[in-house]
Amino acid sequence: MTVQQISVFIENRAGKLAQATAALGKAEVNIRALSLAETSDFGILRLIVDRTDVAKKALTEEGFTVDKTDVVAVQVPDRPMGLAHILHILDEAKITVEYLYAFVERCGDHAVIIFRFDDSEQAIAALTSNDVEVLSAEAVYSM
Amino acid sequence: MIWNDEFETLPREALAALQLKRLQHTLERVYARVPFYRESFDKAGIKPEQIKSLEDLQRLPFTLKQDMRDNYPYGLFAVPMEQIVRLHASSGTTGKPTVVGYTRRDIDMWSELMARSFAAAGVARGDVIHNAYGYGLFTGGLGAHYGAEKLGAAVIPMSGGNTKKQIMIMQDFGSTVITCTPSYSLYLAEAAAEEGLDIRSFALKVGILGAEPWSESIRQEIEQKLNIKAIDIYGLSEILGPGVAIECIEAQNGLHIWEDHFIAEIINPQTGEVLADGEEGELVITTITKEGIPMIRYRTRDITRFISEPCVCGRSHRRLQRMSGRSDDMLIIRGVNVFPSQIESVLMQVEGVEPHYQLIVNREDNLDSLEVQVEVTEDLFSDEIRVMQGLSERIRHEIKSLLNITCKVRLVEPKSITRSEGKAKRVIDLRKG
Repeated sequence: MTVQQISVFIENRAGKLAQATAALGKAEVNIRALSLAETSDFGILRLIVDRTDVAKKALTEEGFTVDKTDVVAVQVPDRPMGLAHILHILDEAKITVEYLYAFVERCGDHAVIIFRFDDSEQAIAALTSNDVEVLSAEAVYSM
Repeated sequence: MIWNDEFETLPREALAALQLKRLQHTLERVYARVPFYRESFDKAGIKPEQIKSLEDLQRLPFTLKQDMRDNYPYGLFAVPMEQIVRLHASSGTTGKPTVVGYTRRDIDMWSELMARSFAAAGVARGDVIHNAYGYGLFTGGLGAHYGAEKLGAAVIPMSGGNTKKQIMIMQDFGSTVITCTPSYSLYLAEAAAEEGLDIRSFALKVGILGAEPWSESIRQEIEQKLNIKAIDIYGLSEILGPGVAIECIEAQNGLHIWEDHFIAEIINPQTGEVLADGEEGELVITTITKEGIPMIRYRTRDITRFISEPCVCGRSHRRLQRMSGRSDDMLIIRGVNVFPSQIESVLMQVEGVEPHYQLIVNREDNLDSLEVQVEVTEDLFSDEIRVMQGLSERIRHEIKSLLNITCKVRLVEPKSITRSEGKAKRVIDLRKG
């Protein structure tokens, strides 16, 4: 039930982010979700796209360092305490959230949030047993 | 002021005769006592007794820093350990330092030459010498210290660092002389200004500055910002430490090398051929009075030339022009010798790091700064920021613990470091003169 995310090493230099997204555009890759984590020297661009392998190839050819990571897409009820409830479940299960970011689109009356956990399988088990819906990779790529 | 009138103003002919006598004695000693020299002289097919003139010195092979490393730690010592009273060391490219040992007489000779050097810089009894060269394995601190005591001046053994305290002591103790690197002298001036103090109003009158390359324009800046005379001093631990050569305050133009203790040659660094007076090349030094580790034709890698015209100060010892650079890729960062290969060996120990790196040396707030740029490969890359920051922190820490220099590590994209044919351009030195 995990989703593949690609992450890209981006130097903090003018035009680098544009170069990465242009490469994806040329390869006709559609971005579903993204986050940019940054430090003073570099950033890490994390992407969920419709065609992961095509995206990785396009970026690698452009000279970027690219990595693939398993993440989990969780349906979060679009109401107050929606996210808090889910984080509480994870906390109870002693699962560490490395980072998270939200989807560009909503899924019905839910928001979708991408989580990076230290242990994806355990996290998925904890969430599903608490009736939190975790989206399949197919569902995410085709959103 | 001339400290040792007899030797410092010795007529050139008498000086040459003294040099030859001392050279011959040194060659006999090293041939008898140091297997390295016996082998290298034998290989060159020359015996010490065949050296009958100073020109004959050219027939002897050079000694390189690598020879010191190959004979680490004590292989080049010409006396038994019972006669060694002090050990110092400088950094080496493999992480192993270059060890030098001094006999009691060596320390006395060194103190004498430092006292001469201080005197040449206009320092005398009654002066308060604020010694901010590092004490420890580095020769600067203790070398200057013993010389200051020999001279009879009052020395404050500050060592490096702790800048605020340096400024307080300097002001309260009425320091009249500062000994440190040129860059640190400027840093002191700025730090004083930040404290709301004007260092120009302190009692300082002379700075004896060395251990890193500097230029005439930096001298002017120092003299203006600290309201002192800035004097260039030269030395290297392989030969002695500070006090091998110094500018006189009268001329402030070229460094008198103490020729009754050292024979200096200038060679073409490519061919090894000895150049004519006045031509620029690599400085080669032979020690002719040192007991612990005599050095025969040591290649310093420093580029300079002789100024043979007599000096207004009256000293007969020739002058070397301010060092203009290095014949190898050694960097001097905050007084510490650093070879790019040392950084490389540290990087190679970090798993996943490829040999694509670049060193950017700059001067910020008058202090040298080093940035190590490392290309991020897929093996190194993680989608988690803390892992990436941990990586740069680990590299920074490794460099600090091995080379004792603080640097900034910058992770860069693959291929962003310019590739060149043949010898890689590893170093970008942005320090301006």
